Amino acid sequence: MKTAERQFTSISGVPIEPLYGPDALNGFDPARDLAAPGDFPYTRGIHRDMYRGKLWTMRQFSGFATPEETNRRYHYLLAQGQTGLSVAFDLPTLMGYDADHAMAQGEVGKCGAAISSLEDMEILFRGIPLGDVTVSMTINSPASVLWAMYLAVAEQQGVDWASLSGTLQNDILKEYIAQKEYIFPPRPSMRLVTDTIEFAAQHVPRFNPISISGYHIREAGSTAVQELAFTLRDGLEYVDWALERGMAVDEFAPHLSFFFNAHSDFFEEIAKYRAARKIWATVMRDRYGASSERSLKLRFHAQTAGCSLTWQQPYNNVVRTALQAMAAVLGGAQSLHTNSLDEAYALPSEHAVTIALRTQQVLAYESGVAATPDPLGGSYFLEKLTLETEAAAHRYIRQIDDMGGMIAAIEAGFPQTEIADASYRYQREVEAGERTVVGVNRFQSDDQPIELLQIDEGSARHQEQKLAALRERRDRNRVIKTLDALKRAAEGTENTMPYLVDAVRAYATLGEICDSLRGVFGAYQETTRL
Amino acid sequence: MQTPIRVLVAKPGLDGHDRGAKVIARALRDAGMEVIYTGLRQTPEMIVNAALQEDVQVIGLSILSGAHNAIVPRVLELLREHDMSDVKVILGGIVPDEDAETLKKQGVAAVFQPGASLDAIVQFIRTAVAV
Repeated sequence: MKTAERQFTSISGVPIEPLYGPDALNGFDPARDLAAPGDFPYTRGIHRDMYRGKLWTMRQFSGFATPEETNRRYHYLLAQGQTGLSVAFDLPTLMGYDADHAMAQGEVGKCGAAISSLEDMEILFRGIPLGDVTVSMTINSPASVLWAMYLAVAEQQGVDWASLSGTLQNDILKEYIAQKEYIFPPRPSMRLVTDTIEFAAQHVPRFNPISISGYHIREAGSTAVQELAFTLRDGLEYVDWALERGMAVDEFAPHLSFFFNAHSDFFEEIAKYRAARKIWATVMRDRYGASSERSLKLRFHAQTAGCSLTWQQPYNNVVRTALQAMAAVLGGAQSLHTNSLDEAYALPSEHAVTIALRTQQVLAYESGVAATPDPLGGSYFLEKLTLETEAAAHRYIRQIDDMGGMIAAIEAGFPQTEIADASYRYQREVEAGERTVVGVNRFQSDDQPIELLQIDEGSARHQEQKLAALRERRDRNRVIKTLDALKRAAEGTENTMPYLVDAVRAYATLGEICDSLRGVFGAYQETTRL
Repeated sequence: MQTPIRVLVAKPGLDGHDRGAKVIARALRDAGMEVIYTGLRQTPEMIVNAALQEDVQVIGLSILSGAHNAIVPRVLELLREHDMSDVKVILGGIVPDEDAETLKKQGVAAVFQPGASLDAIVQFIRTAVAV
């Protein structure tokens, strides 16, 4: 490996000038481009007092093995001062398969908690009052099914749906673009998403039915600008579908939330969050005529970059994560997940996840960065980067508009190819030593072994047995009746949510429900592109 | 001119994270190999059938979900059943050292963990196929 020369481009390849001064900001108008925090276009943040009023929510994404074990982890995290929950589901759940399906072999509980029925959801939240905690659920293709289970558990706990708050990820477009956990084709999937947006507005008004996500786009190898542009353009697609459904923009837009990556290039990330707020506010006002302030304000969750974690010298990951988290806070995030040092290997151990949470607490209570809104506002460099990021994202958004919108762009493979090109370019740069990854291509040394969380096959057997017992015990006729009603609703144009709630109440399983919908909608196969 | 090495890059299981598989596929192609990429969610049966039909010398499996202990031995078993044990199987992804050792004993030619260089993978394949 030849010695790296220091590169003066951002991690996304944007050239960085030797110096930024007043002349970098020709045409920049602080009143128009920045305004005060809490004022349009919200470049400096969505609240006037930002973290002085309320700190960000410290929300560690977690879930593994059985719902019983994950429930224990949730009680632990809440006892450690975590302020919200965030559920990770395993791959079979994400793909709409029950734990006893052939495709689930070897995957049950590996990447998250295994949830096949309402019974599992009841166990997941045992002893956790859903009226008091906000819960975020990372689930996409079968999001409406898992949300129905959540609503049914709230009902059992005697909690009024109107008082529930939390967030469903439910962003199917980025699945086709990046993460690839899709079940149905794009259009029926968009219909299911629109059903949840409509149902939330009518029955669960404090819940965010969608979290439009750039995180996975970035993890798939995109640049910062691609992450921003594709995510915002996805957002516009959801807005178009909800308007088409007959909803008024100010009825649903306040509940659209966002999720961005916090990657390693410190200033590029802060500029990305600031540009995101400015673009969203402007587009919502000018393109859709939104007038409620809450429709214009882009609220986002951030997670530090999983793809930046290294297998080599894992303790360095604590430092990477701290810097990334600081960028998210300086960029005005509403909630934050910090990755654990061992996540290049496995789901985090309790010890590692505690350090990750403590990192946020050090930022919040010791570093001073939360004392005043947008403390870097007015920096020549940051303001210039924000303007450049905004302009570059607008170019992509226009390009996708010209293609006929995001679904057309996805069908043409456009965002997928842009991301694959960017990720290959980045890997080549690392390979050539043009980009340094500490401990991987420079400054290598022997690693100290770390203790990892182990998930054994016992979880799968436990889930299979529970499922078999449930299938015996439940009222079969009620299951068949509710699934038939769901199929009829799916074939027509009615909102599917009430039918999903009925089916899960009857203990129809996730796999049975998704199979019913597969029967109506078909399954999606992507055209493979290299 | 030598016939190019033929490689099947496959994504078994439910894992949809295809960044690594795609980068590897491009790098092998840029190194002059003929690469067939299966796409996502392939069962061991589908992978071995594709390897048979495409007459490849190497199968590269990419698994990031932790399901390798369930999937890889099945691929090896099917290769034996089809008298295709001469096909080299390499594995990339999040595979702990202990599992990597076990899988190598069962017949996997090499396991590449996170941070492995593209060059090392290309070199390994060239050497393994030449033998």
